[in-house]
Amino acid sequence: MTELTIDPILVLLDVSSTGELATSAAELLGAAARIGTPVAVIITRPGHGQDAAMAAGVQGAQRVLVAETPEVDSVLAAHIVDGLVLAYERVNPSAVLISNSIEGRDVAGRFAVRTQNALAVDAVGVDCDDEGIIVHHSVYGGAYDVDSAVTFGTPVVTIREGGVEDRAAAANPIIESLEYVGTGRRAATIVSFAPEPAKSSRPSLRGATRVVAGGRGVGSAEDFALVEQLADVLGAAVGASRVAVDSGYVPHSYQVGQTGVSVSPQLYIALGISGAIQHRAGMQTAKTIVAINKDPEALIFEIADFGVVGDLFTVVPQLVSALIATKD
Amino acid sequence: MKIVVLVKEVPDTYAERRLNLETGLADREANDRVLDEIGERAVEVAVSYAESHPDTEVTVLTIGPQAVPTSLRKALAMGATSGFHVLDDALRGADLTLTAEALAKAAERIGFDLIIAGDVSTDGNAGVIPAMLAERLGIAHATALNSLEISETDIGGERETSGGTITLTASLPAIVSITERHPDARFPGFKGIMASKKKSIVTVDLADLNIDSDADLPRSIVVAVSARPARSAGLKIVDEGNAGQQLAEYLVQNRLV
Repeated sequence: MTELTIDPILVLLDVSSTGELATSAAELLGAAARIGTPVAVIITRPGHGQDAAMAAGVQGAQRVLVAETPEVDSVLAAHIVDGLVLAYERVNPSAVLISNSIEGRDVAGRFAVRTQNALAVDAVGVDCDDEGIIVHHSVYGGAYDVDSAVTFGTPVVTIREGGVEDRAAAANPIIESLEYVGTGRRAATIVSFAPEPAKSSRPSLRGATRVVAGGRGVGSAEDFALVEQLADVLGAAVGASRVAVDSGYVPHSYQVGQTGVSVSPQLYIALGISGAIQHRAGMQTAKTIVAINKDPEALIFEIADFGVVGDLFTVVPQLVSALIATKD
Repeated sequence: MKIVVLVKEVPDTYAERRLNLETGLADREANDRVLDEIGERAVEVAVSYAESHPDTEVTVLTIGPQAVPTSLRKALAMGATSGFHVLDDALRGADLTLTAEALAKAAERIGFDLIIAGDVSTDGNAGVIPAMLAERLGIAHATALNSLEISETDIGGERETSGGTITLTASLPAIVSITERHPDARFPGFKGIMASKKKSIVTVDLADLNIDSDADLPRSIVVAVSARPARSAGLKIVDEGNAGQQLAEYLVQNRLV
């Protein structure tokens, strides 16, 4: 290990309403370990701190600062920014890493302004060289790789969910409590929280290693079951084009593309998706792309490693049976 | 009620977008420049509110080069009251810190009860500007709202969060950002287009806003840019009854299952 990699890197971990670390924790700590020593900050409701801190250790946090406050349920983001500022002053890190989730972006924006540091967003990796920390970005739907750096100060970086492959070795963390003092800035009030109905056992789209997505060619919400069937055989996440979402086949959270989720899986299977440029912007960095479409001129074939011109309602059932047969 | 809507001219996503490989800035010649669709939806929210609340003033605020007022006219034709354009060479390639400073100072200059923005732009993909403005202006933020209700004193709305949906409220003044779940923007009618020609667009530079772009503050800069090699088409077969089988074999051979 070189001299450079011992610097503390402050990592803000999102915690769910039930006290679990968000799945982004592993990649944030992994990214931090690549450039220094991961120091986690956890701000959660009373009683959840210790377990979350231990979980952060398993994922590579060497040191964890924990603040517990009931206000996480009633005030939007303000207490988390206050707590992170406190941790920043205590740790004096060489970078601050935050998830590029909706919650993370709110905190990052406020934190960067308050601490007068420069902000780099939607990173897909970080590195360090003699001159400091380099932040990697994937721009315009993966068409360009861009590196950024800050002129001085502590870079505040948001990391794309599912964007980083680095993972840190488990650690036995030093756990410290962070005395919480809210600064009472104006903030939105959380009136209520409605948990979403039981989640399916399918992997989530962000960070999935395999994705099966359906588009206009699927034709209806009922027939989307075919997309899900193939996904389940492959252990894949389910995605959709904007047309499929706008047509009401699936919820908005399934949307892959420019204005939906960006994915970079090992395998992306596009079923009945024409491959409009806005869709490609969300999936063209996949390692292998497979497309099934009855239109031989569909744009998706231009970027597909394996294209099938055919009716997905005959090809997919055959594919599913063949894959099941392989497993047996 | 005074509403400021943040809008942004971006490269049209209906064509391949390009970066200048030397500067890392958008290649402005490569694409048509259009108002970002999510910003148009934000204008729609403000204009709809103004229609049922006649004392409402809607100002569309943007940063951008000389040609931006052409895009801004579309928002005025949709029904916004006036435009405010921050134009300064020092804003070319401005980082988020400088952008937020310019927008915050401009919003203060205009005066507002509520600022409405889109949640994420299609070019910068950042989604942090609303929170940065909230911090600078000392107001509440409520971002990524799937629904929004505006009253004389408060805003309320819902947003998706990990594991569920939260309902938020905030007292005005406040800044909100909205998602694609909001209705499409209207097409400006002939009357709107004619009316927009008489509406004013104020143009200011950084000095007018008392901003020193050379101030000794940390900035984020681009240090390297490279284009990914374009993907090329691979094997393409026409189904003759066994394509599913062939595809399964391909996946197995390439260890993708």
